[in-house]
Amino acid sequence: MSLISGWGRFPKAECKIVSARTQADVEAAIATAALIARGNGRAYGDAAMNRGQTLAMTGMDRMLSFEDGVLVAEAGVLLADIIHTLLPRGWFPMVTPGTKYVSLGGAIAADVHGKNHHLDGSFRSCVDWVDVMGPDGTVTRATPGDDLFDWTLGGMGLTGVILRAQIRLRKVETMYIAQETRALTSLQDTLDAFAETQDAPYSVAWIDCSDGPHHGHTLLLLGRHATLEDLPSRWRPFDVRQKRKLPVPFGAPPFLFRGLWLRALTGIYWRRGAKRAGHALVDWDSYFYPLDALSNWNRLYGRNGFLQFQCALPEEASAAGLAELMDTIAASQTGSVLSVLKRFGSQSGHFSFPMPGYTLALDFPASERSLELMSRLDEITLAHGGRFYLAKDARMPEAVAKADPRAKAYAAMRKQAGLTDRFTSMQSERLGL
Amino acid sequence: MSGPVLILGAASGIARAVARSFAEAGHPIQLAARNSARLEEDAADLRTRYGVEVTLHDFDALTLDSHAAFVEGLPVLPEVAVCAVGAMGEQAQSEADPQAAAHVMRSNFEGPASVLAHLANAMEARGSGSIVGISSVAGDRGRASNYVYGSAKAGFTAFLSGLRNRLAKKGVHVVTVLPGFVRTAMLDGMDTPGPLTAEPAEVGAAVLKAVEKQKNVIYTRPIWGVVMAVIRNIPEPVFKKTSL
Ligand SMILES: Cc1cc2nc3c(=O)[nH]c(=O)nc-3n(C[C@H](O)[C@H](O)[C@H](O)COP(=O)(O)OP(=O)(O)OC[C@H]3O[C@@H](n4cnc5c(N)ncnc54)[C@H](O)[C@@H]3O)c2cc1C
Repeated sequence: MSLISGWGRFPKAECKIVSARTQADVEAAIATAALIARGNGRAYGDAAMNRGQTLAMTGMDRMLSFEDGVLVAEAGVLLADIIHTLLPRGWFPMVTPGTKYVSLGGAIAADVHGKNHHLDGSFRSCVDWVDVMGPDGTVTRATPGDDLFDWTLGGMGLTGVILRAQIRLRKVETMYIAQETRALTSLQDTLDAFAETQDAPYSVAWIDCSDGPHHGHTLLLLGRHATLEDLPSRWRPFDVRQKRKLPVPFGAPPFLFRGLWLRALTGIYWRRGAKRAGHALVDWDSYFYPLDALSNWNRLYGRNGFLQFQCALPEEASAAGLAELMDTIAASQTGSVLSVLKRFGSQSGHFSFPMPGYTLALDFPASERSLELMSRLDEITLAHGGRFYLAKDARMPEAVAKADPRAKAYAAMRKQAGLTDRFTSMQSERLGL
Repeated sequence: MSGPVLILGAASGIARAVARSFAEAGHPIQLAARNSARLEEDAADLRTRYGVEVTLHDFDALTLDSHAAFVEGLPVLPEVAVCAVGAMGEQAQSEADPQAAAHVMRSNFEGPASVLAHLANAMEARGSGSIVGISSVAGDRGRASNYVYGSAKAGFTAFLSGLRNRLAKKGVHVVTVLPGFVRTAMLDGMDTPGPLTAEPAEVGAAVLKAVEKQKNVIYTRPIWGVVMAVIRNIPEPVFKKTSL
């Protein structure tokens, strides 16, 4: 038994870890007992935890073939590995979340989204097929259009174990991003700016929710892959070296995450960003994965860990919904240090998280106060027709999850297909999936 | 340096990492293990990631009389041979059943020593090469909890040290690798202390570096050198009362 947790370090539980290095290992594990597959543990909560059997997949990390941007690889390979291998050859993932330390299987199971969702959709848009091992050990190759494909992408590991997949990468001329930063001072300005920059390939906003929607200081970061012509003449287009990661040795004092201190911190962040507003060329790592530079920044929140709240709101309800969320957070003074606001485009799939509109991601220190605040945020989200991201969830009550009619359909399908007694996680049990 | 590297016992977690490190440095790789067809995916991985040439070879460490033919049958005598063959076994089972204990001893000492002897002679005749034996800190002192495995590793460690001594003037270098805990399937269910537990990739990088720099004996995490110095020096009357 090992004491494990998701990235938020909450909740923690003693789980039996079993490692898979080959397909035969997976088959043996499925035959033994109910389980959940675990990638690199970057989901925040309990999605990849099962006390009886948690199947560690990072040992299945072989890249099987690569040609003309088409990669076949095992589910345990990390995006970081793919980038370090293929970026020097001019290829970059079509869709990437905010950390490169996710496994291919984890990216597929959560159907992750990136800063380009409004144009390119979620991870599924680059997946040609996935091999999924079912409850009896049979392997099915699911392709877009299959029900199994639609349930697996966004299904949080509950349709079976993803063994390998074929994905398409994007051809890039350089490893740089041409970035434009805009400093804004309210939610409305931010939404207007998002609307005006629809065509920017990548966009994301860091928004200060501790001040309410009318003073929500924001840095909007727009980006596109730089071409050879964009580069100063002496720069080399690809120079992919592992950067040293800075460890975070101990937790910061909790008072930093409250009231005035928090405002001071976010204020400093905004002013620093605002001063540098404008155009810049930044490398892929700093643009896409600023947080990865700190190897274990999740420890910043101290021993109790932290909770994420990420919801999506439909287009028409976004402005009102976001304003209400921000008002409530500001009033609570239990703020999120840095909140992330992104635009979502259209979405297909049976149970994936994104919907056309906006998504707001917040983090809070794990505490009673935060849990209370988050229940209020749940209500506001549901009142505006929104939904929640399971990869970030660690505490939702079943009723809230089931307010999404797709959750009931998923649970019914799982039952009917005989998946409920082989593939379960602490999360699926908590949410009745 | 870019000659071929032979990996014996190529199916293990450490072996996979070692193969990757050498392939990344541009070496063609020869993967050898029982039923080598199951290494097809590992071969594909090395080709895809690093664009090197990879060949597969059937090899059984326990069948000693096949070792001469195995070495002769290699497409080319490797520049570096890494032996990652081993089996932890279960101490309780080894205690109860001497046959099981013998299997552990053969897998960790007799088999590896036999195949490396053939490779050493061939490299000596050529006048160049490197031999790497993956032994274990468990061989530094016998402990109640795994002395059967430890004794075999101790034998292997001594074998490697003698081989190094013998070949030092013949252009052949021998590296002894002493990994402590390595995060592979072997550790499933064990909670090992983080600072003492290496990732397989770390071991791979350490082995490559040891060969390039002609190191003699390496602990894959240097802290193990200190830990084992302490353990080796506990006086026997005290040691026998401990449960390490
Ligand atoms: C700093 C940070 C930034 C992030 N930014 C984003 C973002 O921008 N967009 C976004 O969408 N997400 C984001 N995430 C969340 C992250 O992308 C997802 O949680 C992702 O699923 C993590 O992958 P993992 O390999 O660590 O999987 P784990 O956390 O180990 O598992 C996550 C889920 O995938 C399932 N799973 C994993 N492997 C398999 C497999 N082989 N077969 C079946 N199921 C499997 C698990 O059962 C579990 O349900 C971020 C996370 C962090 C820590």
